[in-house]
Amino acid sequence: MIEYGFQPKPIKRKFFTPWVIVISIIAFTGLIFLASRFIFGLGSVTNLNQFFPWGIWIGLDVAAGVALAAGGFTAAALGHIWHRDKYEIFIRPALLTALLGYTFVALSVVTDIGRWNYVWHPLVMWNGNSALFEVGICVMVYLSVLYIEFLPIVTERFIGKVNLPGFLSVLNKAIDSLLRILDRTLNKFMFVFIIAGVVLSCLHQSSLGTLMIIAGQKMHPLWQTPVLPLLFLLSAFSVGFPMVIMESLSASKSFGMKPEKDILSSLAKFVGPLLSFYLAFKIGDMVIRESFVYLTEFNAASIMFTIEVVIGVALPLRLFLSPSVRESSTGLFIASMLVIFGVLINRFNNFVIAYDPPYTETSYFPSVGEIAVTLGFVALEILLYRAFVMIFPIISQPIKGAILKTKYAIKGAR
Amino acid sequence: MGEKSRRNFLKTLGIAGAACTGIPSQKLISKTQPQLSEDRMGVLVDTTVCIGCRRCEWVCKKTHDIPAGEIESYSEESVFSKMRRPGNEGYTKVNRYDNYQNPSRPINVKVQCMHCDQPACVSACIVGAFSKKEDGSVVWDSNKCIGCRYCMVACPFQIPTFEYENALNPDIHKCDFCAERTEEGLLPACVDICPVEALTYGKRRDLIEVAEKRIKLYPDRYIDKIYGFTEVGGTSWMYLANTEFEKLDFPNLRDNPAPGVSESIQHGIFAYFVPPISLYALLGGIMWVTKKKNNNNGWNK
Repeated sequence: MIEYGFQPKPIKRKFFTPWVIVISIIAFTGLIFLASRFIFGLGSVTNLNQFFPWGIWIGLDVAAGVALAAGGFTAAALGHIWHRDKYEIFIRPALLTALLGYTFVALSVVTDIGRWNYVWHPLVMWNGNSALFEVGICVMVYLSVLYIEFLPIVTERFIGKVNLPGFLSVLNKAIDSLLRILDRTLNKFMFVFIIAGVVLSCLHQSSLGTLMIIAGQKMHPLWQTPVLPLLFLLSAFSVGFPMVIMESLSASKSFGMKPEKDILSSLAKFVGPLLSFYLAFKIGDMVIRESFVYLTEFNAASIMFTIEVVIGVALPLRLFLSPSVRESSTGLFIASMLVIFGVLINRFNNFVIAYDPPYTETSYFPSVGEIAVTLGFVALEILLYRAFVMIFPIISQPIKGAILKTKYAIKGAR
Repeated sequence: MGEKSRRNFLKTLGIAGAACTGIPSQKLISKTQPQLSEDRMGVLVDTTVCIGCRRCEWVCKKTHDIPAGEIESYSEESVFSKMRRPGNEGYTKVNRYDNYQNPSRPINVKVQCMHCDQPACVSACIVGAFSKKEDGSVVWDSNKCIGCRYCMVACPFQIPTFEYENALNPDIHKCDFCAERTEEGLLPACVDICPVEALTYGKRRDLIEVAEKRIKLYPDRYIDKIYGFTEVGGTSWMYLANTEFEKLDFPNLRDNPAPGVSESIQHGIFAYFVPPISLYALLGGIMWVTKKKNNNNGWNK
């Protein structure tokens, strides 16, 4: 293991670059529209109406947001549960993406529901029949688990370095020993949370697919199927590593570091089989239900379905199966982006395109405000990611003789 | 509240889990939701009798404290040029359709919540704000609702509506079967005011008999179908008509209850919490075994 010699360290760079300023402007614009949603109500900012109650804030911000945070649990499963040690360097970045991703999923839910001050109601008012209840509870618990999984990074950053200003400095020693106790305790029990994180992810990734089933005949037959939960789960599995690859390559580019190509290439070997599994179920379901007849019609549904399956699944599958693509940074980046695009479009299709209620006068198209808030949240996530990797030891850098400190296992197994 | 609902939740899961192992989903539904009362009430709407006076629209608003205007203004027939749906500003609407058999007598169809026997909104609601009452009504509880609008996604009849312009405490609106009036022994307001008895209020099972009798006695007047008798598992409001219901903008729905598939999947995944716990154990096992293997390689100090 020592031959790899990676150690996560805070990255020392200037925070603001021209691109960061552009992204900040996008984030700020989103926040303005967000404020008007809370002041004037959903109707003033969104194009939602009595026929289309859910728009891109649910279809993209929540559904695609959860799916694209799948890097967190897939990386944790590979690194911590299967103990594939060489992929350890991806766990912290993936954990951070999941943490930020789910935080913004929660914020999006608060933004979208009419009575955001009642967002805690599902904790005490239970409806076990509701798929949404299951998703809600799982996401709340998983978000807590993610914060617990992140705590060791915080303790690692501050142990021995607690230095409060002024009169607060008398507390330095106490806080330091508190952090040390926290670190020791967490180290013993972390395996409980790591396994829980993977189980909770499997549960709500699939339950997100159950959500639209109750819409019944209001949902286009190309997507409406009883195996939706399975398709959602399989697509979440297959988008996890592409997200990790895309982030790693983007971070390397942004911070001017050399990408860890060898490890990325070998991580990419998992993607082909996972994607082909997903594609097999997707096509198999279409054949069994004979829903392919709807592909002969020329309309938004058939076009979007074709784009989703051909460009978002089949094409990247072909790319990931090719060794020459897996060995080039550009190839990996393009192939990963296609998988991400495919899952994003799939969630959008399921929640927006496929939903075709009766009695509609017009069809739904997101408003400027909705798009601004969605882009604003993405921009904020990128900014926070950048800030976090500069503050905390998250991105691993090659250091001679260094070893990774985070190594969790079930205690007592020695 | 918390303790009771928790117990109910576990009980529901348990029953569903048992049901999932072999009993068909039809039965599963009836067990996961409160038993339907044999004596639940309903309304039979005879669209061949309705004259489209829209008094029901007016009285509905009056009863629910919605600005209603003068009753005289409701005789204005120009509103029929466009299909109108129930909404925040009135829980029932009457739409007019051409009658091809007898053009002098157009067909008028009153629309409101159908009060399903297996309501999708009740099953979907994240906090259980909707409930199917013993008298057959499906009602919404403002104290629970979080405004997520999943009920609107779920409803096969596209009935619940939302106050998009209200930033502080938006409500969901739909027909409540005049719960406050029927509790006092009064008729639902729309049934009460109808001048031609197009609406018949009664026990659902009696209404089915009445409807069957009318179809049998006047085969020329009605097509042989009671809309709402079997649709999505049956509804409390049922309709008679002299032409195909699709032509009157009724959704063409299957007979299986709207929440059926979704609930079966939901309870399959959570049957006694066995699948999640098994997955936990399996992953724990893998974590244990792979760690030992790595120990042999000298990793982990």
